[in-house]
Amino acid sequence: MPLSLEVTAEQVTAWLSGEIDHHAAIDLRRQIDEAVLAGPPPLLVLDFGGVTFMDSSGIGLIMGRYRLMQESGGRLLVRQVPRPLRKVMKVSGLDKLGVLEGTEEAKR
Amino acid sequence: MTKLNTMKVTFPSRSANESFARMAVAAFVAQLDPTVEELSDLRTAVSEAVTNCIVHAYRDRIGPVTVTADLYEGGRVVIKIRDKGCGISNVDQAMEPLFTTGGEERAGLGFAVMQSLMDRVRVRSAVGKGTTVTLERRLASREPHRDAGR
Repeated sequence: MPLSLEVTAEQVTAWLSGEIDHHAAIDLRRQIDEAVLAGPPPLLVLDFGGVTFMDSSGIGLIMGRYRLMQESGGRLLVRQVPRPLRKVMKVSGLDKLGVLEGTEEAKR
Repeated sequence: MTKLNTMKVTFPSRSANESFARMAVAAFVAQLDPTVEELSDLRTAVSEAVTNCIVHAYRDRIGPVTVTADLYEGGRVVIKIRDKGCGISNVDQAMEPLFTTGGEERAGLGFAVMQSLMDRVRVRSAVGKGTTVTLERRLASREPHRDAGR
């Protein structure tokens, strides 16, 4: 699945798109972690705007990056989560973790 | 209840087949004219079950995963995901949210997600023999496509 990364001293931004399952998550994790560990920056932004499908592997991806940022004293922000993905996010309790921002409604 | 149609696919437990499995089920169920949300729920639940086969049932090897889907009158969909892997010694524990033996990148939410999206989730497992997960969902007020019964 395609991923584009922007790395500055202040933040790493990862634009995810396509389908996030266990297969895709392996490669995404490796690429994002590589960019983060090269810093580490104070902020990691995961932009889900282009994601069309996600199962609980996406939750594992977010939770793993949340821990990674906590370990380095940084912060994680998850933004632009499309409506169909929110059901899965809700089951995980991620909506209570304070990392979700900028849902579709907020854009309108 | 009358069965309208049935399908069965078997594939090796390679992670590249996770997307194949959910797409195959979605393409088959499409004849019942599901809503976008219903289709998304089915794809997600199938993806969770198939991922369990790959990550847990065949942890250190590749083995066969069989997915069957049965369509019944009244929009009832029954999907079975079957493996011949290691089996689950304690099904109740495995179904608890956040329980996982899959390492820290696994959220331990596969069964919780399946249960939240389906009307019914059943798990039958025998250690050393394999596991069958049965997912059931009734699609809301949809008439089956008239060709589906032939």
